[in-house]
Amino acid sequence: MSGAEYLLFILMLSIFLGFELINKVPATLHTPLMSGANAISGITVVGAVALAGTGNENVAMWLGVGAVTLASINVVGGYMVTDRMLGFFKKKED
Amino acid sequence: MTTELITQLGYVVAAGLFIFGLKMLGSPATARRGNMISSIGMLVAIVSALLDQGIVDFTYIAAGMVVGGAIGAIAARAVAMTAMPEMVALFNGFGGAASLLVGWAALSPDSTTFTLVTIVLSILIGGVTLTGSLVAYGKLSETIGSGAITFSGQQIVNSLVVLGIVGGAAMFCMNPTDPTWLYMVIGLSLVFGIMAVIPIGGADMPVVIALLNSYSGLAACAAGFAINNNALIVAGSLVGASGIILTQIMCKAMNRSLSNVLFSGFASVSTEETVVEGEIKPISVDDAYYVLEAATNVAIIPGYGMAVAQAQHVVKELTELLENNGCEVNFGIHPVAGRMPGHMNVLLAEADVPYDQLLEMDEINPRMEMVDVAIVIGANDVVNPAAREVESSPIYGMPVINVADARTVFVLKRSMASGFAGIENPLFYKDNTRMLFGDAKESIGGLIREFS
Repeated sequence: MSGAEYLLFILMLSIFLGFELINKVPATLHTPLMSGANAISGITVVGAVALAGTGNENVAMWLGVGAVTLASINVVGGYMVTDRMLGFFKKKED
Repeated sequence: MTTELITQLGYVVAAGLFIFGLKMLGSPATARRGNMISSIGMLVAIVSALLDQGIVDFTYIAAGMVVGGAIGAIAARAVAMTAMPEMVALFNGFGGAASLLVGWAALSPDSTTFTLVTIVLSILIGGVTLTGSLVAYGKLSETIGSGAITFSGQQIVNSLVVLGIVGGAAMFCMNPTDPTWLYMVIGLSLVFGIMAVIPIGGADMPVVIALLNSYSGLAACAAGFAINNNALIVAGSLVGASGIILTQIMCKAMNRSLSNVLFSGFASVSTEETVVEGEIKPISVDDAYYVLEAATNVAIIPGYGMAVAQAQHVVKELTELLENNGCEVNFGIHPVAGRMPGHMNVLLAEADVPYDQLLEMDEINPRMEMVDVAIVIGANDVVNPAAREVESSPIYGMPVINVADARTVFVLKRSMASGFAGIENPLFYKDNTRMLFGDAKESIGGLIREFS
């Protein structure tokens, strides 16, 4: 179920989907969009946990631990700062 | 195999939540909930990944998550909104570094050639993102000079680095057991990231951050191929697409091609002297107050100088006083005002300016003729009429906010030095322009005192 051609198929669909979604984001939200996207790019943590949890204390495991740490900064920091920013955006009250 | 299935289904749910979250980011009213939904998606993805049967020891995973999470949380709380560009740049770099490490760790003696190629890609894109982002961070926070750094023979050095990467990558794919080639690709990728960003000047940073944002996603995507993981591919390509779109928007707003932004540091820009006629007419705070007091329609055009002077809060105060005086106030925001896309909007939102008062360039320009006073605060190139009128100007053709169409223009400026791009601005010499010299925060503070 995970042949290269299958992965490429997923890649193509998600790039087109990404273009469609992001094109509709207004300029006023571009900074939160970037920091929110930044948090999503911390998805690498999902791949890194399997490498960091093998229990063999070899190079690959330590690389995985490093990746878990860095990606966690991205995930937690990215979502929190985006939430903080979006909390500022208010509509005019009459 | 059931846990494997649960993990995969978890990724599907997570991908759906990311997509839905991004969709909700399309409107300021739903954006905050969208971000929340996207973060739930991330939680689902992480929990699904932790079900992996291969994980026997959770100690280091927990340690990494706690340390990383704490650093992220502290940074997110402490960062000032003026410093958002630096923070996003730094976070892009961490994302790239994480993907580099995952790609590297994915190497095993029985990797197929396809896997080896994707490992090289995640190391290359991740490495370039890491060091490129660190240089961008240095430039934005002014730890290193924000100007373009060029030296003779730069193109030759860069070509050698690229050749080295291609050669090293090819050798690595043929002899994956020899770590020399791997280290060579890692080292040269890191060097290439530095070389790619140092020749780009501070004014072009919005493009660079958007591009690095895209790279951090693409690196995650490549790492996803290296470890056969759908979640990384879907999320990574969403981020990659988002960064590319923002890059395009920024380039369009400067009327430049991406390659021009990335490589213009190499070619010496020929700046022809623009002959500007007219004279500079300064105005005092007192006189400026009398004009504003009589105005019924005011447009404020902020630039990076407003952020530097930390003037956004006094600007909001002035806005309220003008509105109480029966005046309509709008903000005109140029897409490349500030150091990252949407930077001005966040600063003004933090100062409690409602988002429906923040107009994009295409919205404010048609209204400019009805505006009594246009107040330019710390912006220069984005209001430069030379972009429309002077064909020899380096920024000719760039869309700008046409403040000169307003009845009166106030330009708040520290001194007569040219803007970031070093281009003479004929706006300052127009008949209807008055210069209010001094620190923007103090000048506006003076106006506020006159009103109250």
